[in-house]
Amino acid sequence: MPSSGERIEVRKTYKLYIGGAFPRSESGRSYEVHDSKGRFLANAAQASRKDARDADVAARKAFGGWSAKTAYNRGQVVYRVAELLEGRRIQFVDEVQRGEGLSRRQAERVVDLSVDRLVWYAGWADKVAQVVGSANPVAGPYFNFSLPEPTGAVAMVAPEDSSLLGLVSVLAPAVVTGNTVVVVTSYSRPLPAITLSEVLATSDVPGGVVNMLTGSAAEIAPWLASHMDVNAIDLTGVEDAELARALEESAAQNLKRVRRPGPVDWAAEPGIDRLASFLETKTVWHPIGI
Amino acid sequence: MTALLPDVAEVTSSDASLRRFLHGLPGVDQVGAEARAAELATRSIKTTAKEFAIDLAITMVDLTTLEGQDTPGKVRALSAKAMRPDPADPTCPAVAAVCIYPDMVGVAKQTLGESGVRVASVATAFPSGRAAREIKLADTRNAVAAGADEIDMVIDRGAFLSGRYLEVYEEILAVREACARPDGSEAHLKVIFETGELQTFDNIRRISWLAMMAGAHFIKTSTGKVQPAATMPGTLVMLEAVRDFRDVTGTMVGVKPAGGIRASKEAIRYLVMVNEIAGADWLDPAWFRFGASTLLNDLLMQRTKMKTGHYTGPDYFTLD
Amino acid sequence: MADDTVVGSAATSTTRAMFDYAPAPESRSVVDIASSYGLFIDGEFTDPVDGRSFKTISPASEEVLAEVSEASERDVDLAVRAARNAHTKVWSKMSGRERSKYLFRIARIIQERSRELAVLESLDNGKPIRESRDVDVPLVAAYFFYYAGWADKLQYAGFGPDPRPLGVAGQVIPWNFPLLMLAWKIAPALAAGNTVVLKPAETTPLTSLLFAEICQQADLPPGVVNIVTGAGETGRAVVAHPDVDKVAFTGSTDVGRSIAQTVAGTTKSVTLELGGKAANIVFDDAPVDQAVEGIVNGIFFNQGHVCCAGSRLLVQESVAQDVLDRLKRRMATLRLGDPLDKNTDIGAINSAEQLAKIRSLSDVGEAEGAGRWSPACDLPQHGFWFPPTIFTGVSQAHRIAREEIFGPVLSVITFRTPAEAVEKANNTPFGLSAGVWTDKGSRILWMADRLRAGVVWANTFNKFDPTSPFGGYKESGYGREGGRHGLEAYLAK
Repeated sequence: MPSSGERIEVRKTYKLYIGGAFPRSESGRSYEVHDSKGRFLANAAQASRKDARDADVAARKAFGGWSAKTAYNRGQVVYRVAELLEGRRIQFVDEVQRGEGLSRRQAERVVDLSVDRLVWYAGWADKVAQVVGSANPVAGPYFNFSLPEPTGAVAMVAPEDSSLLGLVSVLAPAVVTGNTVVVVTSYSRPLPAITLSEVLATSDVPGGVVNMLTGSAAEIAPWLASHMDVNAIDLTGVEDAELARALEESAAQNLKRVRRPGPVDWAAEPGIDRLASFLETKTVWHPIGI
Repeated sequence: MTALLPDVAEVTSSDASLRRFLHGLPGVDQVGAEARAAELATRSIKTTAKEFAIDLAITMVDLTTLEGQDTPGKVRALSAKAMRPDPADPTCPAVAAVCIYPDMVGVAKQTLGESGVRVASVATAFPSGRAAREIKLADTRNAVAAGADEIDMVIDRGAFLSGRYLEVYEEILAVREACARPDGSEAHLKVIFETGELQTFDNIRRISWLAMMAGAHFIKTSTGKVQPAATMPGTLVMLEAVRDFRDVTGTMVGVKPAGGIRASKEAIRYLVMVNEIAGADWLDPAWFRFGASTLLNDLLMQRTKMKTGHYTGPDYFTLD
Repeated sequence: MADDTVVGSAATSTTRAMFDYAPAPESRSVVDIASSYGLFIDGEFTDPVDGRSFKTISPASEEVLAEVSEASERDVDLAVRAARNAHTKVWSKMSGRERSKYLFRIARIIQERSRELAVLESLDNGKPIRESRDVDVPLVAAYFFYYAGWADKLQYAGFGPDPRPLGVAGQVIPWNFPLLMLAWKIAPALAAGNTVVLKPAETTPLTSLLFAEICQQADLPPGVVNIVTGAGETGRAVVAHPDVDKVAFTGSTDVGRSIAQTVAGTTKSVTLELGGKAANIVFDDAPVDQAVEGIVNGIFFNQGHVCCAGSRLLVQESVAQDVLDRLKRRMATLRLGDPLDKNTDIGAINSAEQLAKIRSLSDVGEAEGAGRWSPACDLPQHGFWFPPTIFTGVSQAHRIAREEIFGPVLSVITFRTPAEAVEKANNTPFGLSAGVWTDKGSRILWMADRLRAGVVWANTFNKFDPTSPFGGYKESGYGREGGRHGLEAYLAK
């Protein structure tokens, strides 16, 4: 019991982020989130297969508009997210520090890196096509060019440990290239993802472009992997090799593009690999004549 | 086809409506048209088909001399060759016509007599067409009066390229009228586009329709004085035009590529194109001609090769 | 208008004869087919371990062409070992410049032996010699030339400063473009420094085996290229072999799916080039004669055995009848028959099995109420033949509008607006290719932007080039073949 005169804290209810709104899990379930020392932090919504389905519907709905925006505009929108993240720096540092068990300075560095990474990816929006696209000198009277286009609705299992930097690092490249995503967040450390959702909700990122599901990857990811209206799946955060294999096998049903899990140094320079992961190459031919 | 039959009177009622009609014709993609012509050029015509094609090609030749240095002697020799291209072989057919300047019509007519080989005369200030209308019409009447069976007129390319379509149309109408003979018959009118100056296939399609609506009996690619002269794809577009024109009007119009066709192999490629684009109905000198001079000897050499089984040389054929 | 007086000369008074093209057969004598073939492993033709074989026939005559070895799992293992050995000891150590010269050498030999390759391809596959001679084989040489030049320039390809090969590539190719698909697979793999085990389709193994001879002729080090002939089981053994680092497959979406399942949980990298149901979209302002050619080329090229075939004609309602009339007239000029005749436009269906599939789906189309039309067309007595066929009155719900027929069968669907065209074109699980025909430039780019397909041909169709990346969206597979992009599949990340 709080002693008299001490203010009672208003605790936040943590919810899912789907289609720009914050619904509870349709299953009505939640789970306890603890800090790195095992102390209770919050109750998070525990997403179900139906939440995953709703999230994909939202992602699919948002894809047309988001992918049709100019690359310049997507870059601006993602840069705006970086600005907002910077504004919530202290909150993120707190959450990363408690969730990941880091020192204050380490947590600050993680948040700084996360902001910088968003800025870095924001700048890629209108450059990636020039780096991976091409004009192709075909042997005939045709103009022929190849351009990258976003793959579509991408399901992602975010890293379990690196709950902010890892999350931002898988999310940003997919989104900035025009994909929409359904993210299964870190199960044990979901708070930075939830706060990021709040940032996104107040940013210029249209609802449905990013959807966050807190909960168990083992429970939700199989529904996303087998979903015929998901175009790709990023298994980066899947730590169980057998689960990763099963998800990849399931993803084969509609030939999803699969990014397999593997160890990542989130602090290192990322390269353009992740940007290219969820891009298709479209090649257009046209005759040259009078 | 189901394209709408043009109401010629309405279409040609003003420059604007004529422009609307011509610019409403389907476009021609250059690369696609060239690819189609190139594909047809890969047809392999052998043995009996080749014999058929060579004889047919000979009958389609408008044997031509259009030089400043032409003389009655030259035209007489050419006419003799037209009637009997291969004096050594009586089975060799005659060509369709000789094609000459108007002042040579009388000489040619005299030589050709009742042979069936026709006299085609260029007219209308050939090859540039740069003269007053009265002069072009007088040129035409003069050739008809001298006995020309066919008139090969040139269009006013300047007027066409500057968009004065109605002027081009009216001039063709006027020349057609000038083709009339006192007995009520008329010389057949071939309209030369000079496709090398019109340059685009869209223009070739438009001028084809314009000329056909104005009453051309034949549409002809070139004067032979401008490069490129006849090309396979340009002729392809014209063959499509006559085919489509017959589909919507019921009227057949002939096609004559002229200039630059020198080898039998090329002539056979043209015939394949006629066969597969316009259709077999056009495989007839009434509906398809080659404006050529050196082509004839190559056809004769090929013909001899087919008949004798060995190759022959230019010394065995007349140079007229 | 012209009167109908015949203005021809006397010579035409005889009745006009038809211009019948006499047979113009390409000579078979340029090809020397052995009565039986071994597997090409480690630079030598070797007998399969368990001695099993199968026959390959000419689909145009059902004549047996040769007896071909059937590679078992053990043979595949030997081939993979040979490839591994060659990779470790020779090919990965060789400088790019030297690899490059081998590939150039192969390209030149292909050009020198082009007639032989074309005739053999037409014999074994049934495709017209006009296509194997003018399309397949020249492209095969072009792909080798193109990738030959990359072998010593990989550090400039945009995949890092020191790109490395993956190792051993297991490649499985289809029967529709046997040699061309071999080139698409082998040329980039070798240029990037990989060695390969390639399995050609069971109905078309002969040009792959001739290619093996070409490797010998080029003195390519043993084991760099291994050819294992066989059917599905052999292919599965190649894909599943634990020492294969990279799997490349072209073929049906169903097999692609099972390959993706097989490699799940491994470190194998995969590229899949699968089926399609491409829309060829004709607007009312299209250059109509070229569009008709594009439709014909889109669906009747190679008997429609083309994954990117324009098998759905989407034509704007206002011009639908005109386009159909023109299409039918054009189809009536298509010449079906002996693949080795230089004037043949449509050859034989590749196999009895494929013919049965085309027939059955066509019957379904008829049963579902679509209008079926083919030009008058005599089919040869022997061999596998299907006339060029169109179905009109087809809706998106018909099976013939959704399933890949892989034959000379076109479904005609109409649309009213550009938006409807895009919607219908994209309304398929496939996404390999699409065609757009219109004279309006901005509409072409608008359409190209919205079509979910890896290749968009605008005012053209079925064009291929080694510099041009090719591959699909969605269930048409992933990865690109051709161009700089095509190297990525064969380099380690």
